[in-house]
Amino acid sequence: MADQEFLEFEDVSKYFGRIHAVDHVSFSVRKGEFFSLLGPSGCGKTTLLRILAGFERPDTGRVLLDGRDITALPPHQRKVNTIFQNYALFPHLTVRENIAFGLLIEKRPKKEIEKEVERMLALIQMEDQAEKYPDKISGGQKQRVAIARALIKKPQVLLLDEPLAALDLKLRQRMLMELDLIHDEVGITFLYVTHDQGEAMSLSDRIAVMNHGVIEQMGTPAEIYEAPRSSFVAAFIGDTNFFEGLVAEVVGDEYSRLAIDGFPPVLCFNDKHISLGNPVYLSIRPEKFHISREKPETGNKHNVVPGKVEDVIYQGLMTRYWVRVEGYRISVVQQHSRFLLDEKPIRWDEEVWISWHADDGYMLERYSESDEKLMSLPPENIGEMNGEGNGAA
Amino acid sequence: MKDRRRFLELLATAPSALWLAVFFLVPTVVVFAIAFKPTSPYGGVDAGWTLETLASLGNPNYPSILWRTFWLSILTTVISIIIATPVGYFLARVRKRWRQFLLLLIIVPFWTSFLIRIFAWKVLLHPDGFIKEGLVFLHLVDGGTSLLYNAWAVLLVMIYSYLPFAILPIYAAAERFDFQLIEAARDLGARQWQSFYRIFLPGIRRGLLTAVLMVFIPALGSYLIPDLVGGPDSEMLGNKIAQRVFMDRNLPHASALSALLTLAVLLPMTAVLFLPGRKGRPDLMTGEEK
Repeated sequence: MADQEFLEFEDVSKYFGRIHAVDHVSFSVRKGEFFSLLGPSGCGKTTLLRILAGFERPDTGRVLLDGRDITALPPHQRKVNTIFQNYALFPHLTVRENIAFGLLIEKRPKKEIEKEVERMLALIQMEDQAEKYPDKISGGQKQRVAIARALIKKPQVLLLDEPLAALDLKLRQRMLMELDLIHDEVGITFLYVTHDQGEAMSLSDRIAVMNHGVIEQMGTPAEIYEAPRSSFVAAFIGDTNFFEGLVAEVVGDEYSRLAIDGFPPVLCFNDKHISLGNPVYLSIRPEKFHISREKPETGNKHNVVPGKVEDVIYQGLMTRYWVRVEGYRISVVQQHSRFLLDEKPIRWDEEVWISWHADDGYMLERYSESDEKLMSLPPENIGEMNGEGNGAA
Repeated sequence: MKDRRRFLELLATAPSALWLAVFFLVPTVVVFAIAFKPTSPYGGVDAGWTLETLASLGNPNYPSILWRTFWLSILTTVISIIIATPVGYFLARVRKRWRQFLLLLIIVPFWTSFLIRIFAWKVLLHPDGFIKEGLVFLHLVDGGTSLLYNAWAVLLVMIYSYLPFAILPIYAAAERFDFQLIEAARDLGARQWQSFYRIFLPGIRRGLLTAVLMVFIPALGSYLIPDLVGGPDSEMLGNKIAQRVFMDRNLPHASALSALLTLAVLLPMTAVLFLPGRKGRPDLMTGEEK
């Protein structure tokens, strides 16, 4: 069996009453890959995980692991193990006994179990906590025990169900690195489920972004970030600005000029070959803008518009600006790669120019209210917390 | 500061402690004391103290009654737990709406008089009743055996009476149980039965222990049940005590037997408190970690 299709989901669906938790999903995972299912709550990622683990039976389709159809197999017959969100450590067993559980069930000889457990304890560096009970160890330690408990069974795929959700920020960052190390060291296929795009982007070889039971886009983290194929993906991953416009002119093979309310004609890379007169949404990420007090000297592939700064948030490494251009409130991020105190920083209420290269914006076709809610916009007035700003940005 | 708070906390328990002292401790002590008093020909107790009653505990009939009481109670407890555990498991898993209804079904019989329910069994197990006829028809028993007035009837009715006391604590523990642990066990290769006895049962052990105590102790003191549906071969300690009080008018004797029964009840309870446990095992009574 080709490594390409080590784990395959073929047209898998799962319905709960009228809810399509998973709707005809097909994809494959490579052997040894770190693959993430990313999406908001209710998108179907956990259901897919459970189908793979054997806790749910799909209503359509099949699941193939290493060429074998495992769709109908009960959990204990699958070479798949799960790290649960709350770790599900057995409270009445010690760390050692928890780790040994999977092998005890298999009725392996005692000597072998002892050896394997010691190996695992060394891997997670908890040899001196082996006799403790789960209620006496920290969150990070619990997660390591959960990992050891699963890895000792040498599964073909390790499933992780939002394992970092219960940890605080610093610990989460550390555990992220640990997971990465463990994956590198152990080399088995990881299937990671999360709603946190930061986690998915930093750990994964590939990501499948899910929404309402379908995969909206699948690719490497960079592909998903730089070239989102739908406005949901653009809004869910990182931040972006949306502009509503019409294709006013087609320029050569690869570019178009868009008519956007209140803007001069905007040059944009047209990889989707959207034709004249069609409505489009232009998406530009905040870091693709350049902001300055003076009108910048730019080439013919740049777009330049004037605006007014409405909000400034200084974050050390970078500053976020919100710039008002006609009906749009544009989010701009500028990284400070030079010593900042030598310059006069741009302040609130200043008139500025923002510019961007035509290649740095991309056109998308779909856009909805729920997409807007995904973007972290500051309120325009006090009391307005539901993203009811005017315009799409 | 902390001492003051502890003092106030203790003070808050004073009303309950007082109640227990007046209505429980004192009467118990009185009963124990009566055992050491001589009997009066008029049915009460005379002045003075004697150890005569203690000597009469050596009655050769008593060991067998004691043994039977223990044995029947243990059997009742074990069978009740075996029935109650899957029921508790099922109740904890079933949907909310069904759960309330089923719990109600279990509790509603308590609204009927205990005595009347035992009488109902007298009717059901009657030699001319439909159960007996049905069993004879199915050739499971012959016409001569009696379903009533023997140890089997006592056992059956005891289980019937005390089963809810087993179901409720087990259900309470099962309801708090994290069923994802069962999923984790299955994920690691355990089959249904293995996850049940390796993960679920240890997970509800507090409920199980409570259920054992809530059945065993009342069962030991059973009086009405063996009196109404039992026969000469199924006399229990409760019967003997009642007999001494109501028929023989021998209060000291009854007290001595009651004291015996009380001690028999205290034994399992204290054993459970001092069970050798692993470190980190919670105290069964208070739930605190040791």
